[in-house]
Amino acid sequence: MPRVLINLPERATRGEIIEIKTLIQHPMETGYRLDSNGARIPRDIINRFACTYNGEEVFRVELFPAIAANPFIAFSTIATETGELVFTWTDDDGQTQTESRRITIE
Amino acid sequence: MRRLFGVALALVATIAVAAEIAPEARRSGYGFASAETRVTQDDDTANPGMLWVSQGEGLWTKKAGAAGLSCRDCHGDAQASMSNVAARYPAFDAALGRPIDLEQRINLCRTEHQRAEPLTWESEDLLALTGFVAHQSRGLPIAVDDNPELRPFSALGDELFHRREGQLNLSCSQCHDDNWGKRLAGSVIPQGHPTGYPVYRLEWQSVGSLQRRLRNCMTGVRAEPYEYGAPDAVALELYLMERARGMTIETPAVRP
Repeated sequence: MPRVLINLPERATRGEIIEIKTLIQHPMETGYRLDSNGARIPRDIINRFACTYNGEEVFRVELFPAIAANPFIAFSTIATETGELVFTWTDDDGQTQTESRRITIE
Repeated sequence: MRRLFGVALALVATIAVAAEIAPEARRSGYGFASAETRVTQDDDTANPGMLWVSQGEGLWTKKAGAAGLSCRDCHGDAQASMSNVAARYPAFDAALGRPIDLEQRINLCRTEHQRAEPLTWESEDLLALTGFVAHQSRGLPIAVDDNPELRPFSALGDELFHRREGQLNLSCSQCHDDNWGKRLAGSVIPQGHPTGYPVYRLEWQSVGSLQRRLRNCMTGVRAEPYEYGAPDAVALELYLMERARGMTIETPAVRP
């Protein structure tokens, strides 16, 4: 189970631009490195990250082998209504890590 | 000849004295890092070292070994019991008759009290637990015990710090006392204060211990690095903590 840190405000006013910061632990192995025996270390990266806000996708990234380990992704969205933000990271094995956070609009 | 020797000695003594960094001139590696790196360290949700700290928080309450005890079963709430601990390690262990560092303390607890296998050096679990424990001292000044029994060991560390070694024939002091603030290839040479260990190093893309960092430097001067946990390595750690006495703990620090 990868470890994740997510930072966003718990409360916001309607129409406010909120910043969301995410950090996930992942080796982001490029697939270009060789191990001590000269064998290629297979590629293992997170290739997709997406955030939905009450089911609607508000942000999506495609990631490539040049991204460092433990990718930190920060972005912003407009606070529209009280609800849930769902964050999904997908890696090369097809495994997904999903986290959600609630936001209250005043 | 004797007179000449005396002059040479006096000269060496002057250089050695001049090389020490004055207390008010001491700066943590934080001060040499780029603005972006400092911002990363300062924000707990951007600091990747916090991933290890939060893993360590989980391990703190996890039962381990034949005794079926967790760290918390003996030590309780880490915020209270572990506050200030990292600031005074390496500490003297009476049973072993020598100082041990925080990683060794954790492993002694595992083998003696939890009756579990010791954790491997630089393993995720050991880094996480050490990081979590050291994080409880964040913001506190380094205050190594002034136990007289530690003195011979910090004197050894002092000697190792000033001893030339490796194919490049360099001592720690020649870079970190005499040439800090200048550049070694593209990187700024810091003063070498152990203020934020275990540290998240961008070059490693991971958290690592002070011993790993020391081994890095030794490989850099083409010397044979100390084995993990070697008494010499701990003596050097002790001297570094003495040298940084009063400076603030930053764990988990972020460094280039």
